[in-house]
Amino acid sequence: MSNYSIDYVNCSLCKVCIEACPFDAIDIVDGKIEMNSACKACGICVKSCPEGLIQPVEDKRKTVDKSLYSDVLVFAEQLEGKIHPVTYELMGKGRELADKINQELHVILLGHDLTDQTEEILAHGADKVYVYNQEPLHHFDVEAYARAFEDCVERTKPTIILIGATSIGRSLAPRISTRFKTGLTADCTILDVRENTDLVQTRPAFGGNIMARILTTRTRPQMATVRYKVMEPADRIENPTGEVINFSVDEKELETRSNFVSITKKPEVESIEEADKIIAVGRGVREEKDLEMIKELADLIGAKIGTTRPLIEKGWTEHQQQIGLSGRSVRPELLITLGVSGSVQFVAGMKSSEHIFAVNTDPEASIFNVAHYGMVGDLYEIVPKLIEKIKNGEQVFEKTAAAV
Amino acid sequence: MEILVCVKQVPETKNVEVDENGNLIRDGVDSIMNPYDMYALETALRLKAEHGGTVTAITMGPPQAKEVIREAYMMGADKGFILSDIKFAGADVLATSYTLSKGLEVIGLKNGYDLIICGMESTDGDTAQVGPAIAETLKIPHVAYVSSIKGSTEEKIMVEKDMGETIEVVEFSYPGLITVTKHVNQPRLPSYRLKLETADREIETLTFADLLDDDKNNFGLKGSPTQVEEVFPPDDNIEQVIWDGSGEELSDKLFNELKELKLV
Repeated sequence: MSNYSIDYVNCSLCKVCIEACPFDAIDIVDGKIEMNSACKACGICVKSCPEGLIQPVEDKRKTVDKSLYSDVLVFAEQLEGKIHPVTYELMGKGRELADKINQELHVILLGHDLTDQTEEILAHGADKVYVYNQEPLHHFDVEAYARAFEDCVERTKPTIILIGATSIGRSLAPRISTRFKTGLTADCTILDVRENTDLVQTRPAFGGNIMARILTTRTRPQMATVRYKVMEPADRIENPTGEVINFSVDEKELETRSNFVSITKKPEVESIEEADKIIAVGRGVREEKDLEMIKELADLIGAKIGTTRPLIEKGWTEHQQQIGLSGRSVRPELLITLGVSGSVQFVAGMKSSEHIFAVNTDPEASIFNVAHYGMVGDLYEIVPKLIEKIKNGEQVFEKTAAAV
Repeated sequence: MEILVCVKQVPETKNVEVDENGNLIRDGVDSIMNPYDMYALETALRLKAEHGGTVTAITMGPPQAKEVIREAYMMGADKGFILSDIKFAGADVLATSYTLSKGLEVIGLKNGYDLIICGMESTDGDTAQVGPAIAETLKIPHVAYVSSIKGSTEEKIMVEKDMGETIEVVEFSYPGLITVTKHVNQPRLPSYRLKLETADREIETLTFADLLDDDKNNFGLKGSPTQVEEVFPPDDNIEQVIWDGSGEELSDKLFNELKELKLV
């Protein structure tokens, strides 16, 4: 039983759909077009058929009564009492979505010994903050968190839930979506909402250079995760009017088979997410020692060094420096890419940067599609000269300063 | 110790090209084991070396995805299963994790299981959601982003998890699930000797009919609450300038523009 129905009578076996399918999921079996188990239901074949003979199988599943669910719920992530800034970014988007469907923006905060964190959340425009201030929630125990979150969803029935795509969020979100047998879309780069409250989720998909628009049309709540530094943070408001509502769960229900042992802060690493200026290096860098030249440039302009996956796989750069869908998202004021080809994965993590300069020898490199300033040239020629110019520029400045 | 490892076959390259119609060009792209899954498998093999037992690899996909189980055999997995059925096609996170959970349940019925290990994410999906969703379906604890195994006994395991800014150490008693990062170990290379030795080893196929749920609405596209409405090429419409020239000219333009924008 395939996901598509095919009008075999009129099918000429032109094979256009077979060519179009990115997953080798269409074969000809006994003289008929047939989908195999590699099908991902992406719908590319439907669009490809010149005769329009491929149609999705009619969806006969039940749909929940969407009117029973309302408001946007944002998960306020905190670690040791400190609210993760992705929370305010989710609230920025959450506010926009809630306004569009005339509903409220709610926030859920889980933890222990919580004090004034709610003030900051209210100051960013939440209509309601649901607080579970309980000892078993002190450390992130995913099952205890999931139970408290479940309780909040049952009580408040949100239509949309937004969670940060952080280590905590990515661990927690799938437990909740699975518990409610509902949809979860990871790492959305664009979010919008329709009048019927359907959340329109856009993300790069299928590991290719392609975007997918994904909907959860039948179930509620609809869940999405968004990476840090992808959305604009909510503005602070003058006179917050939101309210704090305290909930709790029977502590027996928060008991789990996991035990917390210890927590330590990682040694200070270059946090590229916070950097105002980033130089990103890719496969155009030929040898590990050449990174010294890049480092010199970075130090000169006060930038941190980011990198693509291939350099991490070579062991030249650290994981924390990776920009992209499987690394960090960054939104610096200045991003200079050197020898980066610009895969969709990389681009997803940097395209909202303010000023993007790209250097690549290949004029066809896809990085030039997102760069504001594209330079078709060799980084080995450009970088040393740029270093020289900046140094000279500084000298000129120092001399002038000395003269005055 | 009974350890089950979830593995996935992924395209070797991430830089899949797109033609003018927005279709993926896949010719010449080979399939490999998701790199993170090699770390999961290595973790399992090391635990087995310490405690004895069995390492079983399981995958889901079209029949040709069996190849990834062969790769697991070459690294040292003892047994392998593939979940393959047209009814599983088009699955999103919920349906995928449900199908895998049902497969793990069938495998577990024989000998039980202590630990399920997954890679932290797949390089073609990047969602990192399937592991935790399996744990939820099976109602067992999970720890995601495990960066080190601190210790293990016959009853429980202590692991270090990477929380971004912090490292947390937690322990839990079996059965449970972990997803591992690339910091957890250095995977061994597939062995030619094992390749020869395991060339005839069976890979058992599990279809819809083998699972303990006969409601097909829980699988594949039917069991998926999310649906792809449309796929389209990324919108690249931004104001751009492209500069050509010698290194001297380009560095000049770059320097002047950076100065202009007050960025140097």
